[in-house]
Amino acid sequence: MATEIGRDDGQAAGAFDPLKYWLILPAWLVIGFFLLAPICLVLVFSFLTKEFRGGVIWEFSLAAYDQFLFDRGLFGDEPPRIQWTYIEVFGRSIFQAGMATLLCLVIGFPTAFYIATRPRRVRAVWLFLVTVPYWVNLLIRTVSMKFLLRDSGPLNEFLLFVGVVDEPLGIVNTGLAVQLGLFYSYLPFMVLPIFATVERYDFALSEAAADLYADRWTVLRKILLPIVAPGIVAGSILVFVPSLGAFLAPDMLGGAKNFMIGSLIDEQFNGNAGNWPFGSAASMILLSLVLVALFFYARQTGRQGRA
Amino acid sequence: MKRVLCTFVLVLFATASAAQEKISIYHWFEYIPQELLDKFSEETGIEVVMDTYDSNETLLSTLKGGKLGSYDVAVPGDYMVKILISEGMLDEIMPGELANFGNIQPQWVDVDFDPGRKHSIPYQWGTTNFSVNRDAYTGDIRTTAILFDPPEVLRGKINVLDSRGELLALASLHLGIPQCTSDREQLQALDDLVQGAKQHWASFNSAGAKEVLVSGEAWVGMIWNGFAAKARAEGANIEYSYPREGMIAWMDNVVLLKDAPNRASGIKFLDFLLEPENSAAVTNYARYSSGIAGVEALLDEELLSQPEAVPPADAPSGTFVEVCDPEVDKVYDQIWTRLKQ
Amino acid sequence: MSKVAYVKRYTGFLTMTMVCLTILYAPLIIVAIYSFNSSPSIIVWEGLSLHWYWDVFFGIESGKFKTAAWNSLSIAVMASLTSTTIATAAAIGILRGRAFRGRNLSFMLISMPIMVPEIVTAVATLIFFSAIGFVLGYSSILVAHIVFCIPFAYLPIAARLRGIEPVFEEAALDLYASRGQLFRHVIFPMLLPGILAGLLLAFIVSLDDFIITNFVKGAGIETLPTAIFGAVKQGIKPNIMALSTIMLLVSIVCVTLSYLLSRVGSHGGRE
Repeated sequence: MATEIGRDDGQAAGAFDPLKYWLILPAWLVIGFFLLAPICLVLVFSFLTKEFRGGVIWEFSLAAYDQFLFDRGLFGDEPPRIQWTYIEVFGRSIFQAGMATLLCLVIGFPTAFYIATRPRRVRAVWLFLVTVPYWVNLLIRTVSMKFLLRDSGPLNEFLLFVGVVDEPLGIVNTGLAVQLGLFYSYLPFMVLPIFATVERYDFALSEAAADLYADRWTVLRKILLPIVAPGIVAGSILVFVPSLGAFLAPDMLGGAKNFMIGSLIDEQFNGNAGNWPFGSAASMILLSLVLVALFFYARQTGRQGRA
Repeated sequence: MKRVLCTFVLVLFATASAAQEKISIYHWFEYIPQELLDKFSEETGIEVVMDTYDSNETLLSTLKGGKLGSYDVAVPGDYMVKILISEGMLDEIMPGELANFGNIQPQWVDVDFDPGRKHSIPYQWGTTNFSVNRDAYTGDIRTTAILFDPPEVLRGKINVLDSRGELLALASLHLGIPQCTSDREQLQALDDLVQGAKQHWASFNSAGAKEVLVSGEAWVGMIWNGFAAKARAEGANIEYSYPREGMIAWMDNVVLLKDAPNRASGIKFLDFLLEPENSAAVTNYARYSSGIAGVEALLDEELLSQPEAVPPADAPSGTFVEVCDPEVDKVYDQIWTRLKQ
Repeated sequence: MSKVAYVKRYTGFLTMTMVCLTILYAPLIIVAIYSFNSSPSIIVWEGLSLHWYWDVFFGIESGKFKTAAWNSLSIAVMASLTSTTIATAAAIGILRGRAFRGRNLSFMLISMPIMVPEIVTAVATLIFFSAIGFVLGYSSILVAHIVFCIPFAYLPIAARLRGIEPVFEEAALDLYASRGQLFRHVIFPMLLPGILAGLLLAFIVSLDDFIITNFVKGAGIETLPTAIFGAVKQGIKPNIMALSTIMLLVSIVCVTLSYLLSRVGSHGGRE
């Protein structure tokens, strides 16, 4: 998606050239006023003072970032130590998002490959099958996942009935449940870019390698993978980035022990913490992480584009 | 085609801003029956919209976060009424404004969180303890150790309320320390206690407190007494505990919020809830106890004898959650923040 | 031939595809099945019934769901129409104008709602509205939706526009067509499949949104996702499963329509 938008075709100037600024202006105004300016305001808010029992005071303060980084003890008068709890929340989010990306890759790559190698007519149908669930409301998908995985839910009932397990697998409220939820949320983002690159891949290359007595898996690893790598990278970024700030899957499937960034931020605004400056600071840190990921991605694709 | 589209959009805008006499209620979840709200609309012609929250602290932070001025009435618990008054977030109810003011049970008129009932009217009262699944655990449950130092089998199957006031008050009872103590050692002990117990807790869930017990996702659940009764009625084999260390008592109150957009509707709603018949409808639905006189005859019979409402003779009396002074409250805030992450 | 088959066929890939489809569909199908359960409990199966569908439309909570559905639908219609108009203009301006300084910046700005994590957008919008004193309510949701729908509408429109050769415009200009005529009679008809696809995408994205709506909704205003979230927090109830199944069907119908539409569209483009 990122590459789609960033593509600059430089098409011939047409009749609309004199009007171009006017045509782009509404988009500039709407996004600039209602998204760019607000994000700058979040940055400002992250440096404000939290009012006792919620709300903000317009007074400069580093308290939000201080709370994020340093532990000054229960009474706030001990010498500062590194505060690991929030770093852990971020670390956990990165880990969960990474695991979800891996899960998407392990299941999504073979799927994308399989679909891309079907005859053209059937391909569209397969692709349709894989993308349909994505268009179902995310909340409903997450709820359905929870319903299926519950201790007394259909999956456990089935496993108990068949006799595979003696007691319900406690999947809900574990990291695995969160990863499955994230997988369910963003799988098509992995499948589609990989599909696009495999579809364009010229299988004559593989044949040539096979002619030289490379076995199937060597062909896959040495010939195909390097060529479709951009698709894999794109897919991974597209899954990883939204997973990092996801709210629904960790909130509904994760329980208290799988607290992720999304819930941390939500708690500051909708929960009972009511600490807007801290929530703003956490948002800014999340945003910087995402920008770093996107920057590396842009550099990578930029390099490939030039090569 | 274009004209049809334009008309459609216009109609959308028009209906979106259609005006009617309204009331905007901010209420605890699963507490007031929809039928009662419908009845209010029918009697007064006022359109009811309601949002819900699941802890006193959420109510406070939402209102402070900019929603004050968009709701007319809310239903804070006792200590939260005191805080909202001190924050200047409640409107005053003028003497004589409520026709049914006399229906308040005498013992609930002069309460220490709102002397003389200038800002609130009583709604329902009850207790906060925990229920234990009797299929999973048959031992002694009349101790707060079930929550804070649970026996092996119950570990990891415990849900606690996502409510700072009640949880820390119950923890204080467990330790036998006064609430809002400013003693550093006691505060440290409180922090150590909840931090140590946290590893045994599966979730902080108030809205789902009933559901996790019914579905068996949790075997122990910190819960309000009426909600526990509902869970039992839905088939959970659970017993509501009356710990010897003490228990939390509370009273929810209906208040008129400052800058209410529809103050007159709010007053009508308060008067409506002061009628025994309507208060009894809430009690029958939520299974707590009403603070209005004359409801007894209108209550479901089983309500009077349900174990969640009738403590054993030797149960200690309930303790109300206290409002700490700012210095201590900041430490409480710190304990809670550390606990939640 | 056999060689091609050799390098295209990997043992286990079909299995993985099946695993993938199972994970994708099992939860939805199971919920759909349980929505026909007559029992009020979600654990026990008591037999087939349409009771919970009746409950969604006529039960005690139906009023709430109907209002929420109406809010969702009207917001999605207005947000998608507005954002598609803005996106169409922007696409023509960006792709049909001579290269200029702010062009890359414009790309970035338009794609911003996709790049920024949803929860950050939600926080930003909430803080902004409260800082400028914009009362949260129906219109705050609408504005937020218009903003994040723009890139989703832009993508298919821009893709389509790139595929239209400028020769058509040049030919029309040679025939002394005015700019208005050029747009109405040449660009718009050719761009229409892209515009419709963008409209539909924006519409679905708006219907789907939970996080941002949950932050900026005002007192008493719910959309279907926030109403469902509120209900599900207290446990998954059978009426929610019935409602989910209805929404599932609506989504599938929408996607199928757009799929067919895009096929028709691409044929039209080739002619």
